[in-house]
Amino acid sequence: MSLDKPYLDVPGTTIFDAEQSRRGYHLNQFCMSLMKAANRARFKSDERAYLDEWPMSEEQKQAVLARDLNHCIALGGNIYFLAKIGATDGKSFQQMAGSMTGMTEAEYRDMMVRGGRSIEGNRFVGEDGDAQAHRQPQGAGGGRDRG
Amino acid sequence: MARITASVYTSHVPAIGAAIDLGKTAEPYWAPLFAGYEPSKRWMGQHVPDVIFLVYNDHATAFSLDLIPTFAIGTAAQFAPADEGWGPRPVPMVIGHPELASHIAHSVIQDDFDLTIVNRMEVDHGLTVPLNLLCGTPAAWPCPVIPFAVNVVQYPVPSGRRCFSLGQAIRRAVESYDAPLNVQIWGTGGMSHQLQGPRAGLINRAFDTAFLDRLIEDPAGLATVPHIDYVREAGSEGIELVMWLIARGAMADVAGGAKPRVVHRFYHVPASNTAVGHLILEDN
Repeated sequence: MSLDKPYLDVPGTTIFDAEQSRRGYHLNQFCMSLMKAANRARFKSDERAYLDEWPMSEEQKQAVLARDLNHCIALGGNIYFLAKIGATDGKSFQQMAGSMTGMTEAEYRDMMVRGGRSIEGNRFVGEDGDAQAHRQPQGAGGGRDRG
Repeated sequence: MARITASVYTSHVPAIGAAIDLGKTAEPYWAPLFAGYEPSKRWMGQHVPDVIFLVYNDHATAFSLDLIPTFAIGTAAQFAPADEGWGPRPVPMVIGHPELASHIAHSVIQDDFDLTIVNRMEVDHGLTVPLNLLCGTPAAWPCPVIPFAVNVVQYPVPSGRRCFSLGQAIRRAVESYDAPLNVQIWGTGGMSHQLQGPRAGLINRAFDTAFLDRLIEDPAGLATVPHIDYVREAGSEGIELVMWLIARGAMADVAGGAKPRVVHRFYHVPASNTAVGHLILEDN
């Protein structure tokens, strides 16, 4: 009998469960290593060489190099771990979260100041809210943040 | 005997810590949020306990994917603020209470909750931001703190019901401690927020308001809300709210006593990506 995963029909959302954790183990542990200042310096001086020290998939490494956080999450990354990359780059959680929506930093910040993203239309896959797949990317940011 | 006198609930957003550390609390973006905690700081100044039992979650700081304890109690003499990637926050060392912490561990494990005992651990913004919000920025925290970390990073996290029962066991443990300590229990995290994917930035004021109402009036009913309701309605990181049920479960009315008094209630959107909720309940 398979496990009950009632969260698969929540739009625009990946739940970091045991399966994702297994898939992303080395990716997330690489992120964890960036909590040491010496490792942050080595990573920044040659990102590719630093990544090659970890038994990550090539796709995971490319997603990190591109700072494509949605792709990192699809490959098993977790935001609290990926945040270490953001910290290394001098990015806030708001900048990182915003980068996953397709909005520019200003667009995302303005949405939050207006009260945040509405839940309406964003509870179940197949509704018409702004987090649904058919409405991506959401702004003028292009869905990436490499700045 | 020791007794629990009050419970405190608050969000623990890292950007709040950054605003404090960088001297931005008077800026227009942050001023309304910090104003909401002014009554709390005054209350705290008049009600410094002997120990704070502080429920929070570690954000991939002390615990990587090498070790994922569902419930971890800090029994060390002190806990250093962690370097979360920006360097350690400039906040005081957190002084523990090893005697009470190990007493609670012993009692709660005998009460069928399988705690992980941690004798060395650094603490992140999840623990230090609530201390700042209630205590300001003193040279030393006003009392010892027992860190109690809950896994809300990797799903499945403990259920609301499990957390609520654990709070009741913590109350029994505190009341069986043979010294007249005044203990506060704090539940932190939440409220609605999502930090990932195209749904990042989700805020659900109606859910949060109902959560606060029910936390006060109907905590046992609130404890039956399943995980999926938090994820769907309050965002993937909104699930941190189950930690508030640990603190609520430790209040007197759950053990057959009188209802707590609402000292202060506050709600504000946004702090970075997050809806900030705050509540102080005092036992009579």
